[in-house]
Amino acid sequence: MTQPLASIVSAGISRFGVREGLYGRELFAEAAREAFDSCPNLNPKRDIQALFVGMMSDSYEHQAHVAPLFLDWVGLLPKPAFRTEGACASSSVAMRTALFAIVSGMYDVVLVGGVEKMTHVSTTGVTEILAMASDFPFEQWHGISFPGIFGMMAVDHMNRYGTTEEQMAKVAVKNHEHGVLNPKAHFQKRITVSEVLTSRPVAWPLKLYDCCPRSDGASCIVLTSPKIAKKFTDTPVNIIGSGQAQDTLSLFERENFSTMKVTKLAAQQAYEMAKVGPKDIDVAELHDCFTIAEIIAYEDLGFCDKGKGGKLIDEGATYLGGRIPSNTSGGLKAKGHPVGATGTAQACEIYLQLTNQAGRRQVAGAEIGLTENVGGSASTGIVHIYQRGD
Amino acid sequence: MKVSPSEATGFICDDNGAVLPTVENFYKFCGERKLMGVKCMACGTLLWPPRGICPKCFSYKVEWTEFKGRGKLLTYTIIHFPPSQFQALAPYAVGIVKLGEGPQLPGMIRNIKLEDLHIGMDLEVDFEITVPKEWPRWPRYFFKPAR
Repeated sequence: MTQPLASIVSAGISRFGVREGLYGRELFAEAAREAFDSCPNLNPKRDIQALFVGMMSDSYEHQAHVAPLFLDWVGLLPKPAFRTEGACASSSVAMRTALFAIVSGMYDVVLVGGVEKMTHVSTTGVTEILAMASDFPFEQWHGISFPGIFGMMAVDHMNRYGTTEEQMAKVAVKNHEHGVLNPKAHFQKRITVSEVLTSRPVAWPLKLYDCCPRSDGASCIVLTSPKIAKKFTDTPVNIIGSGQAQDTLSLFERENFSTMKVTKLAAQQAYEMAKVGPKDIDVAELHDCFTIAEIIAYEDLGFCDKGKGGKLIDEGATYLGGRIPSNTSGGLKAKGHPVGATGTAQACEIYLQLTNQAGRRQVAGAEIGLTENVGGSASTGIVHIYQRGD
Repeated sequence: MKVSPSEATGFICDDNGAVLPTVENFYKFCGERKLMGVKCMACGTLLWPPRGICPKCFSYKVEWTEFKGRGKLLTYTIIHFPPSQFQALAPYAVGIVKLGEGPQLPGMIRNIKLEDLHIGMDLEVDFEITVPKEWPRWPRYFFKPAR
C-alpha cells in the first residue's frame, strides 16, 4: 500500500429526494451539520481552512457565485471557498482540487461538498438544463437529449456484445433493492424487471426506470492531511488513489461508444497510485445515471472483461453479498442524483462502509472502496480509491 | 477556399477574405446545402467539427473541404422525451453517421419508419429549408436513407 493523499475524518449527507421549500444553501447546511456533529473533536470555525464545493448549474435556483453563499450558510466566513463544475462529476472535481490543496501543504483541514436543488423545476426544464452538459451546436441543436446520448451508447453495447434490455433493467432493480436499505435515499422501494421493461420509453432502449431521477440534495466530507487525521477521529478513511481524465464533450467523435475512456484512464491512474487492482475492491459506488452506464463501468474498471458487464449483473456479483457490491447506497438510480452532490455522496457512502457505519447495507469487513463519477457523456471521469485508516 | 469578404456572404473571414474554420461558418455552408469539414494542411487529417488547431499535429493551417454527405449509421436511439423545441417531432431518431471520408457526425434521421432503422444502414445528408427564428438561426442538416 501507498502513502495516503488525504484522510476523510467525517462525512455528512442530506436526505435526497423531493425537498420542497428547501434550497441549495439549506441542503448544504443539513449535510454539513451532520458532518460537524458526528466529529466532536472538530471545531469547524477554528479547524476548517477552506471550502471546495461542486455544483453543476446556476439555472435551477437563479443563483451563481455559490461558494461564498454555501460557506456563509455553514458559518465559515471568511475562509476561502472554491466552486467547481464538471457536470455530474462537479463535486469529484472539488475533491480532486481539495486533494491538491492538502498534498501541496497549503491546507490541512478542508470541507468538500456538492449541492443541487432540481425538483422545483419541471421535467422539461431539468432535461434542458442537463442537456447543457452536451455539445450545443452539434448535439442539442439536433434534438439529441441527454438520455439520448446514453441511449446511443446502449444500442452500440447491445449490438457489439449482445447486452439486453433485461440486463440493464436488473441494474435498476438491484439499486432499488439497495435503496430500500438507505434511509436517506430518494426511492426506498423495490421494483421488478418487468416494471422497468414496461416503463415509459425515454430514449429507446432506455426507459423511465433505466434513468436516475432528478433529486434535491447535498453531501460533504471533512478532508485532512493524513498526519493529523487521528486528532479528529480514531477511524479515518484514507484516500490512497485518485485519477482523472477528459474526453470530447460530445459522443460522436469517439472511436468506441461502448467504452468510457475517461473511466479506464482515471482507474488506471488511481489503481497505480493506490497499488491495488480491481480484485482488491470490497465495495464500489458507480455512476449509474442510466443503467447502461453501470454496466459499462463494471467493464472499464476491470470488475469483468469488456462486453461481460451484462453477465456480471446476471450473476448477481454486484449485489450486497456478491463478489463486488456496487452502489450499496442505491446509486444515482435509487439514492437519487442531485447532480453536484453526487461525487461527494459517493465518498460519503464509502466512508460509512469503511468505518462500519452503513447499517443494514454494511459490507462486512470492507477494507478498500472505490468511487467512479463521470460528467456529461463521460467527458470527465474521476476515480478515487479509499482504505480504512484505523 | 477563398470567398468574398463577410459583408457580401455573411461568412466570418480573416483579413485575407478566407472563411474561418468556425461553427457559425459550418452552418452558413449548410444554408448553401454544403456539408463541410476542414483538412489539416500539415498532416492531412480531416477535422469535424471544423476547428483551427489540428489535435493530431498542432498545425494552425486548415482548409475547408466539402464532404459527399454519404455514410453508414454507427449507432442510434429513438427520442420519446425530447427537448421542448422538438416536441412536435417525437418520437424521432437520432444517430451517429460515419461518412465515407471518415469523420463521424451526429444528426437526426428522417424520412424513415423507425422500425426500419438498423446499424450499418446507408444514409445521406439533406438540409432543412427553413431556418429557426431564434438565436442561433443555424440551418440544420439531417440524414435520410441513401437513394
